[in-house]
Amino acid sequence: MTVDPKSMSCQEFQEQMSDLIGSGADLQDHPHLQGCDLCRALLNDLETIAEAARQLFPIQQPEEDLWERIESAIKQEDGSAIPE
Amino acid sequence: MPRSRFQKQSPEASQSEPVKEAESVVQLRDPAPEVPLPQPLSPEAEILARAQAGDHHAFAHLYSLHKRRIYSLCLRMVGNVAEAEDLTQEAFLQLHRKIATFRGDSAFSTWLHRLSINVVLMHLRKKGLPLMSLDEAMEPSYDDGPGRSFGAPDLSLTGSIDRLALERAVAALPAGYRLIFVLHDVEGFEHNEIAAMLDCSVGNSKSQLHKARLKLRDALRISLRKGGRR
Repeated sequence: MTVDPKSMSCQEFQEQMSDLIGSGADLQDHPHLQGCDLCRALLNDLETIAEAARQLFPIQQPEEDLWERIESAIKQEDGSAIPE
Repeated sequence: MPRSRFQKQSPEASQSEPVKEAESVVQLRDPAPEVPLPQPLSPEAEILARAQAGDHHAFAHLYSLHKRRIYSLCLRMVGNVAEAEDLTQEAFLQLHRKIATFRGDSAFSTWLHRLSINVVLMHLRKKGLPLMSLDEAMEPSYDDGPGRSFGAPDLSLTGSIDRLALERAVAALPAGYRLIFVLHDVEGFEHNEIAAMLDCSVGNSKSQLHKARLKLRDALRISLRKGGRR
């Protein structure tokens, strides 16, 4: 059963939130948010987290000796010498 | 003993491959004019082709091109440096075993990315981690119902999330939540792709992601309170 957005409870709105965040829909205009500061704050935070995750995570560098470990394991699997 | 894929092919070896000779003869005899000439390979495609042919130096080059992305992926998914290095090693070993099967149906980086995710998922399953039921199995008291994590609406995270705080919060997530969050919000996979990878429903993937974000929100708000507003 579809719930009327205007008469939605916080729980009903939040159940839809996971579908709607990141879907491209503009949730800020949702009727429930017009009268609910708590859900608006929650939505803003979750959108901020999703956006931050896309932007903030850096690319990290593995230890220098990792290639030597991989090379050694490959050599063992192949059972042959790796050319210099 | 089978020839190592790392041994360079000698000119003599390539001459002893009648199939390739026959192919080149066909091309010479029937140069269909409407068929476009083969485009020269890009530098990375050339490295890939050489690695597929067993050139060890080309494989080492592929490693140097992709190691940061694969290591970072593993690190985000498991949240532990030593484990992430072991998984990166396993991913490149798998790559070495399977590189000849890459047919170019997708970009090589995408193919390697998926291969690496599978390595991590296999690892987590071997550890006995129930990937998709952590909310019930590990945190029976967790309740994300309305109002539970709201707090004061004026304590907004907008503009206040820094990298370290987010990294710490993600690392502290239960493994199942972290996995979904990283795959969706960081790596950009769609719910249907995640559901296929983890053998769960799309609804389950969405629900887990929502709970992961709620937990992150709680952790970040606590961090914000401790650190004070900037």
